[in-house]
Amino acid sequence: MKYAYYPGCSLHSTGIEYDMSSQLVAGKLGVELKEIPDWNCCGASAGHTTNHLLGLALPARNLAIAEKEGLDVMAPCASCYNRMKTSEVAVKSSQETKARVAEVTEMEYEGKVGVKSALEVFVKDAGLDTIKSLTVKNLGGMKIAAYYGCLLVRPVGIGFDDPENPMTMDDMVTALGGEAVDWPFKTECCGASLPTAREKVGLKLVYDILTIAQSVGAEAVVTACPLCFMNLDMRQNDLNKKVDNANFHLPIFYFTELMAIAFGEKPAKAGVGKHFVDTSSVLAKYNLK
Amino acid sequence: MQPINLTSASAAGKDFVEKVRKASGVDVKACYQCGKCSAGCPVAFAMDYTPRQVMRMLQLGLTEEVLKSHSIWLCAQCETCSARCPRKLEPAKVMEALRIEAKKAGFETEDEIATFNEKFLRSVASNGRVFEAGLVIGFNLATVRPFKDAGVAPSMLANGKLKLLPHKIKGRDAVRRMFEKAEKMEGEHK
Repeated sequence: MKYAYYPGCSLHSTGIEYDMSSQLVAGKLGVELKEIPDWNCCGASAGHTTNHLLGLALPARNLAIAEKEGLDVMAPCASCYNRMKTSEVAVKSSQETKARVAEVTEMEYEGKVGVKSALEVFVKDAGLDTIKSLTVKNLGGMKIAAYYGCLLVRPVGIGFDDPENPMTMDDMVTALGGEAVDWPFKTECCGASLPTAREKVGLKLVYDILTIAQSVGAEAVVTACPLCFMNLDMRQNDLNKKVDNANFHLPIFYFTELMAIAFGEKPAKAGVGKHFVDTSSVLAKYNLK
Repeated sequence: MQPINLTSASAAGKDFVEKVRKASGVDVKACYQCGKCSAGCPVAFAMDYTPRQVMRMLQLGLTEEVLKSHSIWLCAQCETCSARCPRKLEPAKVMEALRIEAKKAGFETEDEIATFNEKFLRSVASNGRVFEAGLVIGFNLATVRPFKDAGVAPSMLANGKLKLLPHKIKGRDAVRRMFEKAEKMEGEHK
């Protein structure tokens, strides 16, 4: 399989591990990724809540470039994926929208190619049997909370998994030999930019997610979004300083990091050494270093 | 809150309800006030009006109160309300439309969020992509707390998570034109 790869802004900066580990996993699964030439930012929430048309047009430019190359897009970031999917559906379902978007982008996007999330490509499409057959280092029963966040299973009625109780990442954890813990915060929102823009509000969301994950006995949390990852990983130190009795040391992983490690790659090669929260103890406990 | 005459209030809000419908595709009149949106909303605790109340206020013609609310800025656009609405009304899309209208009307009740979004888009318009270091520094300076999150910068730099210079795409002029065109076209399309 070959996809047009849309890393998005985060995977070239704060989410660099997601980029590194996605490339490794793609290699192991035989998925060819060709980066969209000269791609632009999808606009994220700031774009579509400022100007609706701009919010459709920014992702459409990238989709138009991918369409010229005849390739469906794979977008690992949940927010980029959501914005691209929204644009794809809007263009496919209305001739008027399609024309307006084309006028803004000065490019034709016919809706012949679409976008998939990395979780869809690497787990759902690849299949659990393939994942099991590639696993050389079993996760050894590590208790992991699969955290999907909000946007990965939206927009409404379009997602690749159940919007309330998605299982793709849980199934992956099980296939890699881990134990996917049952927990109620799978699709709660991490606040996205709120911990930066409106700290008190945003940090509460992160606090709740981490607290629940810990309370169900998770030894780690696995995510499929660079914003979720950054909020859960980088903000633990903040919370420990600012909230009474907070004492979080919960390792956060991208699902692609766990796949790469289970497929026999060195954790450092997958970017695991770049996290804020130490991962070495939990990896050592399960002989995964 | 003052008593409201339902007949005259909802008549007064009719035009705005229609405007919201055109912009978002959502007919707020169809909301039957079950409150599922508010029950699932992760930021309802910080809002002045819950999503259900926002829907009701629109029905009642309390247009200015809604546009001046903090709720429409605090909405994280997670779409949980939209996923759960039994009337399939997508309150998240209503929030999007309301924020755009509030901005037009000059009501930005959440300075920090408005500033963050503005800096974010300015970065995209000039580089084609978001330059995160520039965004955070610009945002912190604008909100007068220059050292917020500065503690994480050294390790992020060392790990390649923070770039000192923006990556400017070749098509940045095309992206800038997209901003201008979208603004012009959305202004005309009402």
